[in-house]
Amino acid sequence: MIIRLRLFAIYREKVGRSELDMAVPEGTSAGGVLEKLVSDYPSLSALRDVTMFAIDEEFVPADTKLKDGQQLALVPPVSGG
Amino acid sequence: MYEITEKPIVAGELSELVRSDSDGAVVTFAGVVRGFSKGKKVHYLEYEAYKEMAEKKMAEIGAEIKERWGIDRLSIQHRVGHLNIGETAVVIAVASPHRKQAFEACQYAIDRIKQVVPIWKKEVWEDGEVWVGREGA
Repeated sequence: MIIRLRLFAIYREKVGRSELDMAVPEGTSAGGVLEKLVSDYPSLSALRDVTMFAIDEEFVPADTKLKDGQQLALVPPVSGG
Repeated sequence: MYEITEKPIVAGELSELVRSDSDGAVVTFAGVVRGFSKGKKVHYLEYEAYKEMAEKKMAEIGAEIKERWGIDRLSIQHRVGHLNIGETAVVIAVASPHRKQAFEACQYAIDRIKQVVPIWKKEVWEDGEVWVGREGA
């Protein structure tokens, strides 16, 4: 299945783009997608434990399974205000 | 009104927007860009947001405030893009019949923004830069 990754801030800079379509096996979790991205971009590994996930604009736990065509945002520590 | 915008924001406009004739208090908070951070001289800041989700999360904060204080005259604007020292990054305006609730709700709003709204800031100094919130990562 194909999921669309939304990348912001440090993720956008390290990967070099703000959106990325990724092919992953059925049943892949949000955390599983991050693992795959980190294996392609090892410099992201330090972010692994502090990243939150959002599917369709809502925060979800890392073990949430994705469905084909969904949008997954990787949310590094926020710093608004 | 809950808005992420690239345009300069003006605190006074937002407080006028939320005020009604039943209000005796309007509390406005403005977060502005500071010239120093942890002893370093800041050149400018770069703000970025997941706009759709950030606006949704700010509206949820508004709903929490309504639930807790019964206040529904509240607006939040947060700016994104390149901000120079002294420019306003965020404005919260809260109106209520009495001041206590307005102060509390305003403080709650800025604290929640810093916890749950997907907005990021990069500090740029003369000799480097960092995305704030991941210094330890």
